[in-house]
Formats: sequence, C-alpha cells, structure tokens
Amino acid sequence: MSLTAKDKSIVKAFWGKASSKADDIGAEAFGRMLTVYPQTKTYFASWSDLSPGSAAVKKHGRTIMGGIAEAVGHIDDLTGGLASLSELHAFKLRVDPANFKILAHNLIVVLALFFPADFTPEVHMAVDKFFQNVAWALSEKYR
Amino acid sequence: MVAWTDAERKAIQDIWGKLKPAAGQKALIRCLIVYPWTQRYFSSFGSLSDAAAIKSNKKVAAHGEVVLKGLGLAVKNMDNIKATYAPLSVLHSEKLHVDPDNFRLLGDCFTIVVAAHLGRAFTADIQAAWQKFVAVVIAALAKQYH
Repeated sequence: MSLTAKDKSIVKAFWGKASSKADDIGAEAFGRMLTVYPQTKTYFASWSDLSPGSAAVKKHGRTIMGGIAEAVGHIDDLTGGLASLSELHAFKLRVDPANFKILAHNLIVVLALFFPADFTPEVHMAVDKFFQNVAWALSEKYR
Repeated sequence: MVAWTDAERKAIQDIWGKLKPAAGQKALIRCLIVYPWTQRYFSSFGSLSDAAAIKSNKKVAAHGEVVLKGLGLAVKNMDNIKATYAPLSVLHSEKLHVDPDNFRLLGDCFTIVVAAHLGRAFTADIQAAWQKFVAVVIAALAKQYH
C-alpha cells in the first residue's frame, strides 16, 4: 500500500505539529512497547533498567524518533533514505521485522493520546501507511 | 479460563465507566476509514464513499452502538467471555461471514479511541490490561469458526 501524494502531505503536516514533542513521544511509545509487549524486552536483555521513564528508555526513544524524522525527510524515497538503517537492523541488530508493527502500533497509541483532536481517522490512516512503508524500507536488506 | 488480576479488572471497569456512548461509533468510523477493506461487510449501509460520508452515515452510528453493547457484555462477564460470546461467534461466522482478522482491526481502533479519550490516564499498565481484554474478546468471537 504505497504512499500517495495526499498521504505524504498529511504525514508531513502532522509531523510538523508532532515533532516538537518527539522526545516525549519516543520515550512513551518505546516504554509502552516494553510493558505491553514484554517479548520485545528480549532485544534489550543487556540493559540494567528497562523501566518506563528510565534514562536508557528515554534515550532510546530519542534515537527511534531520530529515525522517524529521517524517514519523514526521505518520504519520497524511503528505501534509499533508510538504507543504512536497514543494514543496521538487518545485520547488526537483527530485530525480527514483526516488531516494527508492534512499535508502530505503540507510536500510534501515543500520537492519539497526545493529539486527540489532530489524530483524526484520516491522519491515522496516512500515518499507519507511512509506518508500514518505513517498516518495509527497514526490512529491505534482511535477505 | 482467563486469569485477571485485581488491577486488570479495575482497569477494565474504570475504562468502561469512562467511555462515552459514542465510543462504538467512533471506533467503527475509524476502522472503516483506516482499513477501508472492512467496508465489504457494510454494503447495505448506503454511502461509505469517503470519510465525510462514513462519519455522517446513520447506519454506521447505529451499528457502532450495537458493537459497544456487545463489548459491554464482555465487560460484565469477564470470567466467562468465551461462553457469553458463543452465540455472537456463531453469528459472525455462519451468518455474517466476517474474516476474524477484522476483529483485530476494530479492536485496535477501539484502543485508539480509548487512548484519545483518556490521554495520559491511559498508562502503559492500563493499556496492557485493555489490550489483554480486547485479545480475549477477539479470541472468543473467533472461537466458533470452523
């Protein structure tokens, strides 16, 4: 389900509103994912503190949102723009791509939570498609 | 049988107490817009041609209330959802022929409606309890398919 011009403009406009809270969104979504989908903690077994609100969780939330920001910036060529991130996830992190969907879900919950009026069904659809395309681009180098 | 902690029971009852009557309508509207292929089950509902049509469709609104009432049954029978939902499961399988994957899509839309309504009060632990509840409801709805 590739992104139409309308999807892209909706995503960019919404990101314009949401990006000021990027750190908060990232920390919330990542922390939630670890709580609501405990199997995702397996990727962070070496971390001493996985509790929501911990410094490590906040920092990683920022890292994730940096990736999302890059994706928005490369929305016209996600595969090209996210190539090195894809290599990272494929060869070094080896995150099962099923987890991209899980993180996307938690990002969407947090966006609805923080922006109840702006996260309309139309915006939800465009953002959902965007995250799907980001996940696809991130999985590009896996095999 | 599903094991619910006291905290989980409280979370579900609290959320239910806070949900507005329009929550079912909001979730269904969101589902039909975000996952447009779900419209296949509503060909008798009149115009679903765009988001505006879906949002103003009276049959969608009415059906949203039906769905919410169904969810209420599960809230009131948390220790017995599978048995409570057996006739509903047969209905969705034998009469409505709904692909059970759609339950997950509507369930996710309900989660978004709840999150938007509760804001920060929808904590990670409460989200976990709610999503567990939704998963149990979905499993019960799919149980009688064969």
